[in-house]
Amino acid sequence: MRSYKNLFLWFFLLAALASVPFLLPVYWIMILTEILVMSMFAMSFNLLFGYTGLLSFGQAGFFGTGGYLAVLTLLHGSTSIWVALVAGVLGSGLIALIIGWLCVRRDEIYFAILTLGFGMMLFTIAHNWRSVTGGSDGLGNFSVPEVDFLGVVLTLADPKIFYFFVLIIVLLGTWLLSRIVNSPFGLLLKAARENSNRIAFIGANVRSLRLFAFVIAGALAGASGVLFAMFNRIASPEMLHWSFSGKVILMTLLGGSGVFFGPAVGAAIFFVLEHIITSFTTNWMIFLGIILVLLVLLFPSGVLGSLLETWGRIRKGHKL
Amino acid sequence: MDSVVANILNGLSWGMLLFLISVGLTVVFGVMGILNFAHGSLFMLGSYFALQFVRWVGSFWIGLLLGPVIVAFLAILIERFLIRPIYSRDTSLQLLLTFGVMLILDDGVRLIWGSAYHVVNPPQILSGTIAIFSGTYPVYRVFLVIAGPLVGVALWAFFTMTRWGKTLRAAAMDRRMAEIIGVRAPLLFTLVFAFGAWIAALGGVLAAPHQSVGPAMGEHIIIESFIVVVIGGMGSFPGAFVGALILGLMNAFGATMLPDLQMAMPYILLAIILLARPRGILGEEL
Repeated sequence: MRSYKNLFLWFFLLAALASVPFLLPVYWIMILTEILVMSMFAMSFNLLFGYTGLLSFGQAGFFGTGGYLAVLTLLHGSTSIWVALVAGVLGSGLIALIIGWLCVRRDEIYFAILTLGFGMMLFTIAHNWRSVTGGSDGLGNFSVPEVDFLGVVLTLADPKIFYFFVLIIVLLGTWLLSRIVNSPFGLLLKAARENSNRIAFIGANVRSLRLFAFVIAGALAGASGVLFAMFNRIASPEMLHWSFSGKVILMTLLGGSGVFFGPAVGAAIFFVLEHIITSFTTNWMIFLGIILVLLVLLFPSGVLGSLLETWGRIRKGHKL
Repeated sequence: MDSVVANILNGLSWGMLLFLISVGLTVVFGVMGILNFAHGSLFMLGSYFALQFVRWVGSFWIGLLLGPVIVAFLAILIERFLIRPIYSRDTSLQLLLTFGVMLILDDGVRLIWGSAYHVVNPPQILSGTIAIFSGTYPVYRVFLVIAGPLVGVALWAFFTMTRWGKTLRAAAMDRRMAEIIGVRAPLLFTLVFAFGAWIAALGGVLAAPHQSVGPAMGEHIIIESFIVVVIGGMGSFPGAFVGALILGLMNAFGATMLPDLQMAMPYILLAIILLARPRGILGEEL
């Protein structure tokens, strides 16, 4: 019964997302594309934060690494988007493996500091290694690749086609994440979040569990970074800066870290808020800060999390 | 020879500022278990108050006296109304709350003082240069190199010799035991937080004539001071001193000897310490 309902929900969501480009103007298609990209980024972050209990402040490092590697591939190697995508995902996964190997030695606050530090190391490399990364100007000027779809050559420069391209990649990423979260491995991650000693006692290696989650999250962050760089036609150092990691953390909290789709909902709310607030002030960060403080103090389970909790209480017949 | 001396002085003066901010960070963490992301912003506020007092009354010294006190009062409000409700909650949420406070303070500064960089001149008596060996060197940096250890010694004396300092260390060691023997922990926490903010802002005021004052200085220094406390050992007072000196000297020598690697060096050091000695140089057993 339950799985039928889930299937229906998925189908409805897919139909809605697939029909959007035919209903909305280009401006909104582009915003929706950006929301999709950031949704995948935020959900991959939440594999670490919500499911494994590790707060990483360095996810933007992997996001940016993916973006830079894809652009570098397009500039110096192949002109195929698939090669660029694979380079970005594998590269950021590999970097996540090295950095994660160092970081999973400690948890809680130490983990946050370490990921922050190493993420900023990646930022420093992107910012200072001018001859390769273009320094603070970033890396652009690549020709937007084409995709060969069943013999039809499509250009990603068209916002609608790019939207569908992003949608497919994001759906694949989301599917992978949901498989991981609902697998026995995902259960172990959650158990290690609740009580890592106990999981160690029953014979699981908590470090390698966490490292595996870290690599998956890093690789998917890299994939989001590839899409983001294609979308903006540039890979810039800001993509790796820790304030960008902070943005993703905020999206996740906004939607709710305890729910699988929470971060995606958070990403959507974030963009809507950003559009509204930046239309009357340039001091958008102060609002972000206030929202974050209020969320932590009053609504730690986020918008979607709180809604689902309320809905659960209504269904059980409790008073609100 | 001259360049070595200049590097050492540069490293020490930057190290002293790093020490002033890291010591508050590490004490607040040691006693309260809270890692304060907004600590760098409190440092930055100190610098802006130095700027503002120079504008208002033309005196750096009044800024040095009053700026940190104002920041400490602000910290009391932050602790009382924002941090106190979440002591019992997850450490990640505590970190995120202080991250939010940091965003508010950093952008608040932009709102009040604009996003341009400002220059604060050192006070008359500390301006100019002095001759060291055959070169010359700014007097103000020499002042910092001397002032830093003095503040350090004063803090050390406070922690080991006064009743207040001992209470603080007791609460850091075992909060419940301290409460049982009659230490009022909530009040103590507020005071510790204010104290950490006061020292950070003191560092900020002292930093104002040393570097340009701008809205990004908080987020720049907080990362370096995080590295300092991890290298030195979280919660360790002498560790913060040693870590700050290492990082300061590494910055100065790196800038002249290995300019390409200079900005990555703190992170490389962080990785090495993490592999070789995860608890930090002077940290306690994990």
